[in-house]
Amino acid sequence: MEMKTLVKKLTFWRSVFALLLGFGIYTTYLRYTHGLGAVTNLSDEFPWGLWIGFDILCGVGLAAGGFTIAATVYIFDIKRFRPILRPTILTAFLGYLLVIVALMFDLGRPDRIWHAIIMWNPHSVMFEVAWCVMLYTTVLALEFSPVVFEKLGWEKPLRWIKAVAIPLVIVGVLLSTLHQSSLGSLYLIVPDKLYGLWYSPLLPVFFFVSAIGVGCAMTIFESFMSFRAFGKRLETDLLRDLGRVIVVVLLAYLALKVGDLLYRGKLSLLGQAKTETYLYYLEMGMGVLLPIVLLAVPKLRKSYNVLFFSALLVILGFILNRLNVSITGMAVSSGVEYFPSWMEISITMLIVAVGFGVFALAVKKLVIFVETEAPEGSHLSSLQIDEASLVREPAPRYPGSVAIEQ
Amino acid sequence: MKKKAILVDITKCIGCGACQLACKAKNGLPEGEEQKLSSTAYTVIEEKDGVNVRRLCMHCESPTCASVCPVGAIQKTSYGPVVYTPDKCIGCRYCMQACPFQVPRYEWDNSTPKMQKCNLCYDRIADGLPPACVEACPTGASIFGDRDEILQEARRRIHENPDQYVQYIYGESEVGGTSVLYLSSVPFGSLGFKTDISKEPLPMLTLEALSKIPSVVFAGGVFLYGVWWITNRRKEVRKLEERLKAMEDEEETHQKFKV
Repeated sequence: MEMKTLVKKLTFWRSVFALLLGFGIYTTYLRYTHGLGAVTNLSDEFPWGLWIGFDILCGVGLAAGGFTIAATVYIFDIKRFRPILRPTILTAFLGYLLVIVALMFDLGRPDRIWHAIIMWNPHSVMFEVAWCVMLYTTVLALEFSPVVFEKLGWEKPLRWIKAVAIPLVIVGVLLSTLHQSSLGSLYLIVPDKLYGLWYSPLLPVFFFVSAIGVGCAMTIFESFMSFRAFGKRLETDLLRDLGRVIVVVLLAYLALKVGDLLYRGKLSLLGQAKTETYLYYLEMGMGVLLPIVLLAVPKLRKSYNVLFFSALLVILGFILNRLNVSITGMAVSSGVEYFPSWMEISITMLIVAVGFGVFALAVKKLVIFVETEAPEGSHLSSLQIDEASLVREPAPRYPGSVAIEQ
Repeated sequence: MKKKAILVDITKCIGCGACQLACKAKNGLPEGEEQKLSSTAYTVIEEKDGVNVRRLCMHCESPTCASVCPVGAIQKTSYGPVVYTPDKCIGCRYCMQACPFQVPRYEWDNSTPKMQKCNLCYDRIADGLPPACVEACPTGASIFGDRDEILQEARRRIHENPDQYVQYIYGESEVGGTSVLYLSSVPFGSLGFKTDISKEPLPMLTLEALSKIPSVVFAGGVFLYGVWWITNRRKEVRKLEERLKAMEDEEETHQKFKV
């Protein structure tokens, strides 16, 4: 009997996860007992690899939906987007937590991660990055906390958060702006090392703008994944609107990128038969041009599949861009070839899997996706939209409680 | 103390390795000859087409590594050496990523690793002694002194023996100048030196971006607050109008009932 349920629970994805967990535990053990050299292909010539390029740079970028949607709803008061607030803030919060997990692997002395709090060097971009991670993770925890308080039925903390909601969102947007761009600024210091197609004084701007684009794309992506997994989906009209926003953001990004190449006189690099050139075309073609075309045509945008596919392209293009800046673009000047070891890859995959898992768990246990398609003629719809906000207002679950005024 | 410097005259180096031996002894590093800079070799002699090139940390005037270190574990001393405080280091390896000369090395096989590089024997210099490697050099291929005097000596050598030297002092202006200077008889590019390197101090590149933070925060904060104020005001007005309308309606029904 018990055996049977156990077998039943061993679905395909669970076995994949168990396998990843096994590899991950082995790698973790080696990492902390024998050092980074035992598990990574990093070297003195190539000190930053997959964990920085993917886990940190992409992890932070993919969390960008959190601040864009929060600003849209709270600051610009575009209420329509309320239903997607929670999933994006959850993604951002999880993203940042996982970035910290990745840092615990990548830092040579993870036990000293707190040093930046008391040992300051304001001239270092990494110092800025460290503070942004610390502060913004805190802000995200606070922004997400109402979802948990609500579940627990804690009224008081809910009201406290409500009282500081707007300053919290403003601080969050500012920190995100700084953090997203500062990840690009990290590479300003290597003008002679990073390949000309990617090195630019505008790196911080590129990182910021592309993060906004990918933040929207992630929201679309999650919505579709959640629909497949739990049958919970956001309004398609909203997602289409997001698709239109992506077009605008990507067009601005494209203009900046092309203008930058022109201004720096590096356009000729596009004609050289090199791996870098092909990867650059792939990054820009797949992640920028194609999604612009697909999403700009209203007929195409109407299709769920096209919308989802375009979002996926934007995400993949974004990942490729970050890997190009951090790995491909640095390869030639380093003089060595770097490809991540299977152990590096296993940790990265495990972190991604944990992200998916925790997200799924949260969707099951908490109110993350709010049904918005209310029955015709019902006044429920507006109520439920309110429920999706940072703080539920007028709380229907607690009749008689003090109404929290907006 | 005046700013110090080492001059490495590549034409005089016989590749005996005495510098490395002395360095290892001074810094308590494991014995054994090494050909590449490593966490156990702060200086090495690389042979390039029969030419002996001694490598060590360049001790930049505006060190990139010191500027990028988030916890200030690397500092430039006033008299030249760029020194490292391992107790502060968190192991982010940004110094290695940023160093234009690919100098810092890492203890990859240590579970509590440190960055490793030449410290220009800062303690010996403070005691008025030359670095151990210079003291050990039997041919005078490495000399040590005040940076301006060392530069003068380098210029004198180039000037007096123009056919023996390339007319260039490597390190005089690279990334804003370094405390280790080189003279060579063959072009520096062919010896593996990076010749297309920026002449400006690299820390300026990030400093420029970092200096924009206060204005981004201020302008961003004002903008976001301003937009919120406007949208919030609109909402309040709307609410008030609704309430007024409700009151009017109520009054109307009231009067209807009266009639």
